[in-house]
Amino acid sequence: MLYAILCYHSEDAVGCWTKEEDDAVMARIAAVIEKPAREGRLGPVARLLPTTAATTLRSDGRDAPLVLDGPFAETKEQLLGFYLVDCETLDEAIALAKEISAANPGGAHEVRPVGYFMESEGRR
Amino acid sequence: MSELAWIDAALSGARPQVMGALTRYFRDLDLAEEAFQEACIRALATWPRNGPPRDPAAWLIFVGRNVAIDQVRRRAKQTALPEEDQISDLGDAEAEIADRLDGAHYRDDLLRLLFICCHPDLPATQQIALALRIVSGLSVRQIARAFLVGESAMEQRITRAKAKVAAAAVPFEAPGAVERAERLAAVAAMLYLVFNEGYSAPAVGAEARGALAEEGIRLARLLLRLFPAEPEIMGLLALMLLQHARRPARFDAAGEVVLLEEQDRGLWNRAMIAEGLALVDKAMRHRRPGPYQIQAAIAALHARAPTAAATDWTEIDLLYGTLERIQPSPVVTLNRAVAVAKRKGAEAALAMIEPLGERLAGYFYFFGLKGALLSELGRAGEAREAFGRAIALANSPAEAAHIRMQLDRLMADRVAGPG
Repeated sequence: MLYAILCYHSEDAVGCWTKEEDDAVMARIAAVIEKPAREGRLGPVARLLPTTAATTLRSDGRDAPLVLDGPFAETKEQLLGFYLVDCETLDEAIALAKEISAANPGGAHEVRPVGYFMESEGRR
Repeated sequence: MSELAWIDAALSGARPQVMGALTRYFRDLDLAEEAFQEACIRALATWPRNGPPRDPAAWLIFVGRNVAIDQVRRRAKQTALPEEDQISDLGDAEAEIADRLDGAHYRDDLLRLLFICCHPDLPATQQIALALRIVSGLSVRQIARAFLVGESAMEQRITRAKAKVAAAAVPFEAPGAVERAERLAAVAAMLYLVFNEGYSAPAVGAEARGALAEEGIRLARLLLRLFPAEPEIMGLLALMLLQHARRPARFDAAGEVVLLEEQDRGLWNRAMIAEGLALVDKAMRHRRPGPYQIQAAIAALHARAPTAAATDWTEIDLLYGTLERIQPSPVVTLNRAVAVAKRKGAEAALAMIEPLGERLAGYFYFFGLKGALLSELGRAGEAREAFGRAIALANSPAEAAHIRMQLDRLMADRVAGPG
């Protein structure tokens, strides 16, 4: 089963990390995901730009969607990145999410099974 | 990152909004600061034990407000002290209530707090110092280091600035649309000052000041989150990001200035550029151009050019032309002259900047550009004179050194040149 591990975190808090702290977190995450990546079970992995760079299309189902500035939801924690990983069981996915969470403390990691996934073909 | 570092980041991240809310409650910066400090102490005591709250800002506002009310009462000696545990063992449920009360006020709270710092009677450096102290929560020592003054001198400056803004009594009611727009414009200008204070710092020996650029970016991003549909705030943040992205290439190993044309574009920060370009695109969709958006669009053209030679100077010339119309200033014209020099040659650019001589008589960049244009035209004697004026007006040893280098090149060309 393919799982998405969605990383939610307070942008305000992450924005206060020093460059050294940020680098340290990224290095620790890299160490954690090295194994599933080597086994060909991981990816794509993405770190998203701040929600201030986001645009949201809101549709009422009838008219053309409204194009709005900002993220979809006004929340205390924002979706800041995600990992896709192929795991045998939910327990296995949770175990990886736990390791990632330890590498990137604070916030929340949501484990969500993937229903449909399109492999990228020749995206440059 | 240790647990302490994580909590520290959460506290710093929440500070602007918490201070904004507490200032609204108490209408007093000192009391709000005290309350925030106290709430932080309690957070450090309880978060490691109970786990962090879901919403740190709401928790801090709630606790800070109770603590400060308690202190006011204690001073008035009207009531007995409440049990410490009543405050420090707050559950998230109570914080949720505080959150529901305050959510609607957040954006005006933060805007007001920033606006208080940009009182027009305060000189720019005091506005910056006050914002760094009150909003960002930098220590007086950090701010003093950034401005290269003693700690006690900075303390005095901030105290005086606080007294001045207290006397000015910024209204605490939610502002109307026009007033909100005015506040946003004033705050944007102040944040750009904070950024520039850091951006213009030399590479060597000014790390404390350099950090101010990042603080300006952080605050602009926070402001944009609260006002997500304001194209000028998008432009402001984009401008900061696109300029700051070049920082790793702006100085060489010896700390000397490297001009845009000569920078190693491989050193530019790609993530910052991506974010800046995304913001410029978003802002343009609003079709409400303003000075920050135009400057950001110019910075975006530089960022998009793979090499200096590939720069779209025609578009840059047009954008500076638009900027001249909506915000006329001799400095804008001077910048446009650089684009004109690339498009039409030094002669045309020189003709453009010559009428500015009187108004820019004390401006380093005027004489730097004039000298460069004159030397390009082979008018070595006049070029030398302009470079001499530039050196006298240089704001830093690095600037002066850069002009001296051009002067040396000019002399070498004269010796080696065709005569």
